[in-house]
Amino acid sequence: MSIEYERIVHIWKNPPNRGEMKDADLVAEGANPICGDKVRVFLKIKDGKIADASFTGEGCAISIASASLLLDYLKGKKVEEIENVGKEKVMELLELDLSRNPSRLKCALLPLMALKSGKIR
Amino acid sequence: MDVEKIRKDFPILERMVNGKKIAYLDNGATSQKPREVIDAIVRYYSEYNANVHRGVHKLSEESTVAYEDARRKIAEFINASEEEIIFVKNASEALNLVMYSYGMANVNAGDRVSISIMEHHSNFVPWQVLARRKRAKLEILDVGKEGELVGLEKASGSKIVSISHASNVLGTINDAEKICRVAHEGGGVAVIDASQSVPHMPIDVKKMDCDFLAFTGHKMLGPTGIGVLYGKKELLEKMEPFLYGGDMIIEVKKESSKWNALPYKFEAGTPNIEGAIGLGVAVDYLNKVGMEEIRKHEIELLSYAIGKLKDEVTIYGPLDARKRTGLITFNVAGVHAHDVATILDEDGVEIRSGHHCAQPLHDRLGLESSARASFYLYNTKGEVDRLVDGIKKVKRVFA
Repeated sequence: MSIEYERIVHIWKNPPNRGEMKDADLVAEGANPICGDKVRVFLKIKDGKIADASFTGEGCAISIASASLLLDYLKGKKVEEIENVGKEKVMELLELDLSRNPSRLKCALLPLMALKSGKIR
Repeated sequence: MDVEKIRKDFPILERMVNGKKIAYLDNGATSQKPREVIDAIVRYYSEYNANVHRGVHKLSEESTVAYEDARRKIAEFINASEEEIIFVKNASEALNLVMYSYGMANVNAGDRVSISIMEHHSNFVPWQVLARRKRAKLEILDVGKEGELVGLEKASGSKIVSISHASNVLGTINDAEKICRVAHEGGGVAVIDASQSVPHMPIDVKKMDCDFLAFTGHKMLGPTGIGVLYGKKELLEKMEPFLYGGDMIIEVKKESSKWNALPYKFEAGTPNIEGAIGLGVAVDYLNKVGMEEIRKHEIELLSYAIGKLKDEVTIYGPLDARKRTGLITFNVAGVHAHDVATILDEDGVEIRSGHHCAQPLHDRLGLESSARASFYLYNTKGEVDRLVDGIKKVKRVFA
């Protein structure tokens, strides 16, 4: 197994930032019906910045690791930063090149797509 | 049946993936093509490419003969007559043709159409749409614990009973003769989706007594973009065309037109000529090997694989190899099917993951997704061993 995928599986086993947030300012959901991946992301916002972030959901190793790493990356950043994150950034965070792997790229982008669809309460 | 000799006919089986020779176990999605099929397509374009049923010149005569020759081979392959073989794009188009040309004209408000929960979306969605448009009732037959069709007798009295001969997920081989009998006893017609059976076992439409039978070329060693609808002549004759345009008419006047004879009435526009020719050659290849032999080989592979896998994974569908086609759908506990497929791919073992275009069935089984290994005539026990080793590796990695 590739060292990169091994890292993903390692994260999947005990993903940081997993858990529901009761007092979130933003809750957003995404689903990938093709593979049954489901993710829900929560953001706590303070002074225009992402003070805390978490997620719940079921899915493959890539979608779960992607949620973990993306939220880690966004913590402390301005809310507007979310719009600047694209697939390149997600692949960089995952340390996986999925540019020629469209089906798995969809798994990787699910948490980001969910986040971008969300509205602040 | 000499599998090693057969393998030499398929150039792609030499392909390396991640430094390993591929073990292609995704035949339920599409099969690989023998050199003879590839060559036939190249020969068509290099030597006699011309439109069919049109010119009187040499090339057009040759292409027309080759196209019609393919139709004859396919007709013989399933024991039909040539005018009952309609070339379409794939099984989905074949089933849509039946839905639009037969269903729209014969199903009315309050009527019932029966399908099953194990249908591929191609044999599910068209009937769902027909029922909604006609305010008919869509009855969905259930599956039992072994993945077997249950409650077939409830379909009696339905205007259309459309059920797959073999499930692309459970592998279950349904009793097509019984399905047709039940449909007929209640005064309805029987549509059989044979996408997963025609490539793997002998089929006789007369013995089955189906009214329509749909299958696709690319799952049976043929090219993509060519499929077949078989229909009983007396039904096809009464039906209106599905698509209108060139080649499907005999006479066009300003006010109205007259339809061409069967099967051309249903083949509007320039057809997929190289696809039909390629499929004809694929049928020659299958006949050369023998469908009984292919079925026997797959049962052997299946029994071997089920024996090795039944304690490692959850297998869906019947465990008796004689009751299923050459595929095994499974899940590794706690691991998403995509991850199973990705790890297997690292070792060159190519399987399918997802819901296999059968979402209602996955919902029924309470599954998000599943992994599927599907076999064909060129697969070996050695490849099954690689599958099993790969699954053991998945379990180690995700433990």
